[in-house]
Amino acid sequence: MKLPVTITINGRAYQREIEPRLLLVHFLRDMAGLTGTKIGCDTSQCGACTVLLDGVAMKSCTCLAAQADGASITTIEGLSADGQLAPIQEAFWAKHGLQCGFCTPGMVLATRALLETTPQPTPEQIRHALEGNMCRCTGYQNIVRSVQHAANMMGGRP
Amino acid sequence: MYAVDFDYYRAGSLADAQKLLGDHPGAKLLAGGHSLIPLMKLRLAAPPAVVDIGRVAELRGVTLSGAAVRIGALTTHTELAASADLGRAAPALAETAAQLGDPTVRNRGTIGGNIAHADPASDLPTVLVALDARINVVGPSGHRTIDAAKFFTGLMTTSLEENEIVTSIDVPVAQPGRGSAYVKFSHPASRYAVIGAAAAITLSGGTCSSVSVAIGGLVAHARRLPSVERALTDQAPSESVVAKAAAAVAADLGRDVSGDIFASAEYRTAVAPVYVKRALLAAAARASAR
Ligand SMILES: Cc1cc2nc3c(=O)[nH]c(=O)nc-3n(C[C@H](O)[C@H](O)[C@H](O)COP(=O)(O)OP(=O)(O)OC[C@H]3O[C@@H](n4cnc5c(N)ncnc54)[C@H](O)[C@@H]3O)c2cc1C
Ligand code: FES
Ligand code: FES
Repeated sequence: MKLPVTITINGRAYQREIEPRLLLVHFLRDMAGLTGTKIGCDTSQCGACTVLLDGVAMKSCTCLAAQADGASITTIEGLSADGQLAPIQEAFWAKHGLQCGFCTPGMVLATRALLETTPQPTPEQIRHALEGNMCRCTGYQNIVRSVQHAANMMGGRP
Repeated sequence: MYAVDFDYYRAGSLADAQKLLGDHPGAKLLAGGHSLIPLMKLRLAAPPAVVDIGRVAELRGVTLSGAAVRIGALTTHTELAASADLGRAAPALAETAAQLGDPTVRNRGTIGGNIAHADPASDLPTVLVALDARINVVGPSGHRTIDAAKFFTGLMTTSLEENEIVTSIDVPVAQPGRGSAYVKFSHPASRYAVIGAAAAITLSGGTCSSVSVAIGGLVAHARRLPSVERALTDQAPSESVVAKAAAAVAADLGRDVSGDIFASAEYRTAVAPVYVKRALLAAAARASAR
């Protein structure tokens, strides 16, 4: 079976014919060519593939592209405008919230979802919100600092 | 990882979903996909077709109606955790949803999918069994309602018949003097329950006039603990009385406990009374506060 789908990614509509078993993460990476979204575990555990679907953080390796038909996706490529880092990206850079960077796109999008609902999160709330995102490099301390820094830079505005 | 090839159908309504299931033998329902898609990627499941019910609005939402709160099967864990009505009517269930998995899992996973999948390490079955919830289903032979305690029948097995769809779950509204709680020992990576204990207690005149307690995680499916319930009924729930009652969990579990690479059966058996005790004490404390 071939399915026609239209998925809007970072404001641009992508119309493609897909196999039903195509995962959203493969649609993003292979059909739209947006390789910022990573595949880590491929078993729904690590959060490297986290994107926003209609504003809600989710694991794109655990969603069929067909389920996202008609939806709006935000990936890491959608955060920076005109080569300018978004405040969350800036904060991860300033506070050394990354080493190899593999987990970072997922961390940044999970952070974006958190700050949307909780503009001034406590360290506890940050840890809770990033529970689904694994990092094998940083030990998480600097990630928590990065999120706090982002919240401060954004002045409590989502 | 790619699933074995399958056909995809999207249901626009409950009636549409029933028709699609009937038209495509062997088809599986797809709700949030957070149990089914991982299984299909690992090729542990290879249905010839899936029927996506993710957009069937009539299956979604929490409504309070008199003595029960009705939860649509497609309500996500995030929505359960955020529902003020559920927080008042069945706080243990709302709190459980808030601790389940991680935020992205809660954003997609649904209560209907969680119970239909019936993973022994799931949290919601244990709470629903303790709270005497009732599961409403519709299928080729019409509507019926199943008590939560009879819904879960084995390892990833339920009493759902072929092509039956869970439509909603009814949870009794907690009356004054009744308190409930769920405590779990989470697996550190997945957050699934290694052991989960749920309790609901009604206090009248300082003693427990009704005790309902269920356990999950360490046995094939969530189940009530009648020996523990008997040991606490008509007693005042002091710490020592509760600890003694919780110890009766050994009689209820017998040799049914299973272990894995993370926690052996012996270990789980040894730790179970601690979690049962904590759930009972928390439920009793809430009962006396209401
Ligand atoms: C990383 C991770 C961690 C998790 N941690 C936890 C945890 O700590 N505790 C916990 O309880 N759960 C946990 N889960 C499971 C999660 O709660 C799932 O959302 C849930 O088990 C399945 O819901 P779903 O909507 O995604 O169902 P799906 O995956 O869409 O479906 C699951 C099964 O149910 C059937 N089904 C779905 N809806 C219906 C319906 N209305 N009627 C009849 N059958 C139906 C499907 O055909 C399928 O067989 C975790 C999952 C992941 C991926
Ligand atoms: S790749 Fe999706 S959770 Fe790891
Ligand atoms: S920076 Fe390497 S995994 Fe997080």
